[in-house]
Amino acid sequence: MAHAHAHADPPAHTHTHSHPHAQALRAGQPNSEALRPVSQQATPAPSPAPRRARARRLLTPWLFLLAPLALLITFTYAPIANMIAYSFTDWDGVSPELHYTGAENYREIFTREDLFQVFWVSGYYLVASVIQIVAALYFATILSFRVRFRNFFKGVLFFPSLVNGVAIGFVFLYFFQDGGTLDTVLGLFGRPTDHAWLGTPASANVSLAGVSVWRYLGMNFVLFLGAIQSIPGELYEAAELDGADRRHQFRYIILPGIKPVLTLTVILSVSGSLSAFEIPYIMTGGATGTETFVIQTVKLAFQFNKTGLASAAAVVLLLIILLVTWVQRRLVPDDRVDLV
Amino acid sequence: MHMNRRTVTVLATIAGAALLLPGCTGTGGSAKGADAKVPDDPAEVSGTITVLTVRTDLVQDGTMKRYAAEFNKTYPKVRVEFQALTNYEAEIKIRMNTDDYGDVLLIPAVIKKNDYPKFFASLGTAAERAQKYRFTDFTTVDGKVYGQSPVGVMPGFVYNKRVWQEAGVTEWPTTPAEFLAGLKAIKARTDAVPYYTNFAAQWPLTSWTYVDGAVHCDPQATTKLAEGDPWAEDSDLRVGDTLLYDIVEQGLAEKDPTTSNWEESKPRTAKGEIATQWLGTWAIIQFQDAARKAGVNPDDIGFMPFPAQTDGSFCATVGPDYHQAVNVHSPHKEAARAWIDWFTDKSGYDKDNLAISPLKDAAMPEVLKPYEEKGVKLIELDDAAGAKVKLIDDESEVGIYKPEYRQDLVDLARGARKGSLDDFLTGLGRKWTETQANVSD
Repeated sequence: MAHAHAHADPPAHTHTHSHPHAQALRAGQPNSEALRPVSQQATPAPSPAPRRARARRLLTPWLFLLAPLALLITFTYAPIANMIAYSFTDWDGVSPELHYTGAENYREIFTREDLFQVFWVSGYYLVASVIQIVAALYFATILSFRVRFRNFFKGVLFFPSLVNGVAIGFVFLYFFQDGGTLDTVLGLFGRPTDHAWLGTPASANVSLAGVSVWRYLGMNFVLFLGAIQSIPGELYEAAELDGADRRHQFRYIILPGIKPVLTLTVILSVSGSLSAFEIPYIMTGGATGTETFVIQTVKLAFQFNKTGLASAAAVVLLLIILLVTWVQRRLVPDDRVDLV
Repeated sequence: MHMNRRTVTVLATIAGAALLLPGCTGTGGSAKGADAKVPDDPAEVSGTITVLTVRTDLVQDGTMKRYAAEFNKTYPKVRVEFQALTNYEAEIKIRMNTDDYGDVLLIPAVIKKNDYPKFFASLGTAAERAQKYRFTDFTTVDGKVYGQSPVGVMPGFVYNKRVWQEAGVTEWPTTPAEFLAGLKAIKARTDAVPYYTNFAAQWPLTSWTYVDGAVHCDPQATTKLAEGDPWAEDSDLRVGDTLLYDIVEQGLAEKDPTTSNWEESKPRTAKGEIATQWLGTWAIIQFQDAARKAGVNPDDIGFMPFPAQTDGSFCATVGPDYHQAVNVHSPHKEAARAWIDWFTDKSGYDKDNLAISPLKDAAMPEVLKPYEEKGVKLIELDDAAGAKVKLIDDESEVGIYKPEYRQDLVDLARGARKGSLDDFLTGLGRKWTETQANVSD
């Protein structure tokens, strides 16, 4: 029971142990099926080569893969394997002793409804990601046409993705402060307000989701822009000759052309909404009804020292995200795009 | 979902890694039961020791280096290096899984008391150390002591004397009602924010748990937490939490707690923009420094006890800060021990921080003069049940040492959360007592 707060600095709660899968998905690493077709076509017909040459040919790709695989296994699969193992124990995170408890942690998770209530908060982020995707699509479409200052606007939109999420959290704390940036700006436009932006659960969640849109819009935008620009230019020309206006071009060329990327983005957004962490954790720490499932998991692990239970919660989240993704893929099958 | 070869390979990798698992966890506890002995000859003890600390500020401004230089006058062959950890609890928790957690470290809250012998080397028997030092029973396991706090701290209100005076309150309030009346007077007669919760920084709210013991001047308060309902009628925590609730509910706290700012709160209190905060003696020096930096009078910073009197006098609890301990795996235990002894007895660290000395026969610091004048009774809480309280706290997820429940309390008081105070505290009590039944010693 130490009075453990004689710090000069407050114990800044800035750890960013997000969960590996959550980060990988959020960061939009296109490691999924979306990019696969490219690598599977260009194998030349096998010639009757001597054994050593063949062995070398078999080995070469693996040599190239050695470094990324080592990193992937060390920092993604090994921790996940550890986590799964811990989820069957009562480990507290430091004790040399841990006991195997079977499925007890999972039983606890599925019998405590309070642990699942936090998913309502994900609803805010889900709505936000719809707005985010629509906005990103809108900007990507506009900036794919010849617009003045278009590189400048691209930069502006992508910029937030380059900033560290923790820094964004701190900056927006000032933004939402009483008499802070937002209040000042609203005052300039003749709408002075006295609203406590993070003051009530609804307002706080909307504000945080808004920050999240600002943060991740650029990433979606770049994905869309890349996809749109890979559509051959002749198509637009042909469409124009046939009398299609911009709206028609969007509806019949762009939208089908970027469908795989759009599906991927939707999947990433849904899983991102379910596992929202960084921004709410830095800004409110989950106070005032802004606690998400990942924040709750981190609290279980690092505040209440229930590493076993928290690992089980993380595994459950992983399964939920896999399930949602699978359902989505069943609903929207990833068929080949053929514009021509 | 069809399986291709890639999936199979990945699954095989996971399975393989899972088999390696037992090797990844825990320290094995092999070195259990080592002693860190006092070196016989200060001139002969040698080695390089790493000292872990939370005082990032003192490492950055070179103060710790000056302590080390002073230490070297007695122990010339010991090299002291410092590592300041900004987020101590989170970082040390992970390092505790290895053997490499410095030679001298602060005992993390996460380590269970019974596990101390597996992580730390003993500093001696309780019988022998208790004669000289305060707080020995906080780290005693089976009669041996494993740590020593270099300072004593006392919870209380840091306040701006000038503002309270301007509001016409010259005597310390003796009841929560008088305290609230004082805050109301401040609101009415000055421009200051009467009370600042530091809601956003989270941990300052946690210090409200340390009203425990002061309200009824009871050295057995911790034992009561372990055995009864902490929020029973008229119990310490209930009195404290009710006061906090009333402060916020009656609009005497900052307007938007969710965006409050700890660093800013220090100069603002010094300048009189904020009147009061519940913190501890450790904060006094930081607020005085803030006053000096802001160019205002540091003597305006005052310190007062919880507004409650037992048998006609105020009461305050003296407790330890982080305890310094010797890593059981350290190859230089004697040098590490020498550092702890020197830092506790001779460094002057307690005086530099205006803190209470860990030595039993030392005088109280100057800032606590008003306490002596007004006859505030100082007690030390018996920590025999401390480990059990921590266990119940974690198991029940109530979190009396975590910020969350006080944040909920503040939200409740300012209407951002539905419900009544009574239901809220009763609910906490129910969670606590239900867990109590399942937790054995």
